[in-house]
Amino acid sequence: MTELQNTTAPAAQTPAGDPFLSVRDLRIHFDTDDGLVRSVDGVSFDLHKGRTLGIVGESGSGKSVTSLGIMGLHRSKRARISGEIRLNGEDLIAAGPDRVRQLRGREMAMIFQDPLTAMHPYYTVGQQIVEAYRVHHPDATRKQARTRAIEMLDRVGIPQPDRRVDDYPHQFSGGMRQRAMIAMALVNDPSLLIADEPTTALDVTVQAQILDLIRDLQEEFGSAVIIITHDLGVVAELADDILVMYGGKCVERGPADTLFDAPEHPYTWGLLGSMPRLDRELQDRLVPVRGTPPSLINVPSGCAFHPRCPYAQLTGGRSTTEVPVLAEAVPGHHAACHLAAAERHRIFTEEIAPRL
Amino acid sequence: MFAYIIRRTFAALLLILVVSAVTFAIFFLLPRIAGETSDQLAAQYIGKNPSPEAIAAVKKNLGFDQPLYSQYWNFLKGLVGGAEYKFGPDPVTCHVPCFGYSFKNHLEVWPELTKRIPVTLSLAIGAAVLWLVSGVTTGVISALKPRSIFDRLAMGVALAGVSLPVFFTGALLLTVFSYEWPILDNLQYVNFTDDPIMWARNLILPWISLAFLYSALYARLTRAGMLETMSEDYIRTARAKGLVERKVVTRHGLRAALTPVVTIFGMDLGLLLGGALITEQVFSLQGIGAFAVQAIADNDLPKILGVTLLAAFFIVVCNLVVDLLYALVDPRVRLS
Ligand SMILES: Nc1ncnc2c1ncn2[C@@H]1O[C@H](COP(=O)(O)OP(=O)(O)OP(=O)(O)O)[C@@H](O)[C@H]1O
Ligand code: SF4
Ligand SMILES: [Mg+2]
Repeated sequence: MTELQNTTAPAAQTPAGDPFLSVRDLRIHFDTDDGLVRSVDGVSFDLHKGRTLGIVGESGSGKSVTSLGIMGLHRSKRARISGEIRLNGEDLIAAGPDRVRQLRGREMAMIFQDPLTAMHPYYTVGQQIVEAYRVHHPDATRKQARTRAIEMLDRVGIPQPDRRVDDYPHQFSGGMRQRAMIAMALVNDPSLLIADEPTTALDVTVQAQILDLIRDLQEEFGSAVIIITHDLGVVAELADDILVMYGGKCVERGPADTLFDAPEHPYTWGLLGSMPRLDRELQDRLVPVRGTPPSLINVPSGCAFHPRCPYAQLTGGRSTTEVPVLAEAVPGHHAACHLAAAERHRIFTEEIAPRL
Repeated sequence: MFAYIIRRTFAALLLILVVSAVTFAIFFLLPRIAGETSDQLAAQYIGKNPSPEAIAAVKKNLGFDQPLYSQYWNFLKGLVGGAEYKFGPDPVTCHVPCFGYSFKNHLEVWPELTKRIPVTLSLAIGAAVLWLVSGVTTGVISALKPRSIFDRLAMGVALAGVSLPVFFTGALLLTVFSYEWPILDNLQYVNFTDDPIMWARNLILPWISLAFLYSALYARLTRAGMLETMSEDYIRTARAKGLVERKVVTRHGLRAALTPVVTIFGMDLGLLLGGALITEQVFSLQGIGAFAVQAIADNDLPKILGVTLLAAFFIVVCNLVVDLLYALVDPRVRLS
């Protein structure tokens, strides 16, 4: 669930209890020779167990850095992080690196885009899963860990897992490697799973299988899941809530249903327009968002999207001078845009919806 | 894996055969091409102003009148079956493996070589251990803290190390530790089995001067490799598992970064075993390198041929070991 705690949402949409993951005003900046890179600049959301959050945005919008920040993997001499990341109530930014390391792989796990490069070429798939298990189960014997690895490979749908456990990553196909990565991530029953573009490197047919697998496993284990993608189609069926990122900021956030049916932000309209759909003719399928992604060092003034936004002139100059705040447009659904809500709804229904 | 070992070993044997043929050709064919007759060749083995009869006898006894291929064949036969030369009043026997017979010194080449192998072996292995440990450690620390004071200092020293020749560092060490401040004087090779402490004491300076050069190279190599592997995706995966950083570095980073180091190491060690010419010269060690230098100075063909073959053998064997190690380290090699 992505509502901030101080907002009221329809009761049906608010899962009971405290969120498992709560991110507040997260900022991750990198001090580089070219200047300060504001990769993540004030992102907030909540996520409950059993729910899936989709983070969507084009390349360079800060999706990966957000997820690495949660995992504590952004840490470098040049990274500056601020805000709050509460995992099960514990603030990870205030916690020491060793504490975050203990949680990593046990309470929160991650799968990456390219399973070939993400696995070590010199160790068997089994050895890598066993290692992941034994980090957090130091008392487990090698045999127990191996049994567990085979069990996990079986669970993610690898045929003959007792044999394939001794294969090296390069002996697996792309889809199987990603299954093995998922097995490795889930070996310690984490309560939070972050999947950073889990299907981008895979064939289209395999993509759907992997997404199905992630959904099945989530239902089985009841964990909280974050799926990061630049393709709205990937999260359309999977996510309960969606967060749209642009230039390191959250520009729109809301339940998946309303976000797809009634998107509030002009950037989201562009994303929806570029989403491939089966029921559309091939030639007018991919209408990419015009223009190039913003620089994260010299972020455009006002609304970072204004150089590419067709409606920037309709706000009386505010788009270029004033940073729009994320405000609740309809209950539970937030957007950061200076256009008046009524104006936005009119543009969407009259100009955008007919073309989608 | 087994088939791979067989295949590589067979290839290595073939390579040694080719190398021996080429060496043989270089030493026996080239003088002929350059215009030297078999008479002149034979004359080298007799004293000054030899009589034509004596030359003819030597030519016949040593087989110089036969075509080159059969001479090569006899040479190979000698390697596995020994040889006998009628030279002077008594026939001389060259025992298996017959690496040749030096008629100039009336010595079999092989026992001369085996006498010197322990010297060169001690020098090379000791230096190799030193430079591997110091070079790899320095490289890893430098890579983990790039642009730190340690890194800058280490890479500065490494630059000096690769630029300074062994005859300079060796002579410097000798001047300081044997003459100016004689804590390590009177350096003579002592067999390890006789007195391991003296063995190490007397070899420490040659080890250091050789290792200085090589550890500089290895530090740079390791640093570059570590910088590359530590930015790989699988390192991020290892951290995402919650591994402690020490294990991320050693088990995941170093493991991958060491592969090219092992390859180079095999070649370097093979070359060194064939004789550390300069180091042996500087420290007056009677190793294979000193033997080779002497053989060339004397223009003693059987000795030159023998030492060349031995050096080639070491290089080929070390490369074979590296190939096998490589397959052990990188499953993609073994399984493709
Ligand atoms: N360690 C770092 N130092 C400096 N800049 C960084 C660092 N890590 C990321 N960045 C910058 O932060 C920005 C956001 O990167 P991020 O990887 O989060 O994008 P993304 O949304 O995941 O894009 P993609 O779809 O390409 O994966 C990029 O401009 C990137 O260059
Ligand atoms: S604030 Fe202005 S520029 Fe930004 S999305 Fe809204 S209309 Fe476009
Ligand atoms: Mg990314």
